Amino acid sequence: MAKHRLGGQTVKLENPPCILSRATIVGKKEGQGPLGEYFDVVLEDDLWGEKTWEKAECRMYQEAAKMAITRAGKQPQDINYLFGGDLLNQIITANFAARTLGIPFFGLYGACSTLTESMSLGAMLISAGYADLVLCVTSSHFCTAERQYRFPLEMGTQRPPTAQWTVTGAGAFLLSNDMKPPYITHITTGKVIDYGITDTNNMGAAMAPAAAATIKAHFEDTQQGPDAYDLIVTGDLGWFGRELTIDLLKKEGYDISDRFIDCGCEIYSKDQDVHAGGSGCGCSAVVFGAYILRKMEEGVYKRILLLSTGALLSTTSCQQGESIPGIAHAITIDMDRG
Amino acid sequence: MDVKQQKLNKEYQIYVQRKMPKSNLLRDCILAFLVGGIICTIGQAVNNLGKSYFNLNTEEASAFTAIVMIFIGALLTGLGVYDDIGKYGGAGSVVPITGFANSIVSPAMEFKKEGYVFGVGSKLFSIAGPVLVYGISASVLVGLIYFFLK
Repeated sequence: MAKHRLGGQTVKLENPPCILSRATIVGKKEGQGPLGEYFDVVLEDDLWGEKTWEKAECRMYQEAAKMAITRAGKQPQDINYLFGGDLLNQIITANFAARTLGIPFFGLYGACSTLTESMSLGAMLISAGYADLVLCVTSSHFCTAERQYRFPLEMGTQRPPTAQWTVTGAGAFLLSNDMKPPYITHITTGKVIDYGITDTNNMGAAMAPAAAATIKAHFEDTQQGPDAYDLIVTGDLGWFGRELTIDLLKKEGYDISDRFIDCGCEIYSKDQDVHAGGSGCGCSAVVFGAYILRKMEEGVYKRILLLSTGALLSTTSCQQGESIPGIAHAITIDMDRG
Repeated sequence: MDVKQQKLNKEYQIYVQRKMPKSNLLRDCILAFLVGGIICTIGQAVNNLGKSYFNLNTEEASAFTAIVMIFIGALLTGLGVYDDIGKYGGAGSVVPITGFANSIVSPAMEFKKEGYVFGVGSKLFSIAGPVLVYGISASVLVGLIYFFLK
């Protein structure tokens, strides 16, 4: 077995890279939510002076990337790799932004799990000595996602209680081999799990088994339990998916309920008419970047497990009656280098 | 898929069904009834207006009502109000002719950015299309049955 593997799905990084800098940009509705004050930029309107929603999302992506680079005192040419993705067909946001940024680029699609997918890959590259600086950026936009996956915005439809609201937001994280906490110490790569959920308005239920499976695999591989973490954070399971994950893990003998939050539940307040909570690539990116890392710096949390959760469906697959596979990738963020 | 996984899936799906928050059916029905009723009452008022004020006969007044109601539906969609009505009204705002206007105007607005031919032109009936296909097919079928039974 490779030297740094633990169990079936986890690696312990030999040289844990740090999150050197970060940037978050969110839309108006997210800015009005309970975490509004933590974000770097809050847009006044979701079009941001651009002609299309897609252009606005791409600009959010670019600006977040540039801001993270500038904050670390670096130039785009210093960055070895850009890992990123978004929710749109052919990941046009990430591709078009990479065209402007001019950094060697790997485009990723893991639906809403793309954040920890990109950070997993970036962290492994740095730890192995193949890169000094890796930029990981993901974004989503309510209006671009809505027109691609669902209905036109002005269409008068009713959303069921389990439906989620795509977060308008972009988050960028610059990983480096510097000695500056927080560090990424472990990576648990998820498997695609499908329990046969077909309801596209119930993504939480589709993704919860994947989140539970990855958390369980992480605990088994590292031979630790929930106690090893101050906080376990999932990306966008929403209120209902969060409950299901707690139940699924209880069946496996792990009780995480006292230290488990979901970014989709944190980003909006319940009176913002978002039903089951937020979703999208941007959801875990902006909540983790703006809020959770801030709390870690303030010393509230020392060691956390972050999982971005993705529902791997397309408009074609769900119209053809296919079920919705889910995936979740976990990374351990630690203020100590371990 | 093996039998064990199928059993697990089934159990999980039943468990999700049981546990998931449900829409309040009674509240939704009452709201749909009220919103739909209000829209139809406005339609009736327009119809009466057409008959008494413009001296239209029954057939002309029906066409007049349809035109006015479609205009109102389209206008409220353009002003960004109809989706808010739809959020509360549900089927009550979808079924009347104003809902039909909403289902055509909203994609027209949304897909204008893809151009007038491949955007507006091809997406205009993306929601109303199925309604037209099966509505017209059903009316032809009923017409044929009526023709042969007569």
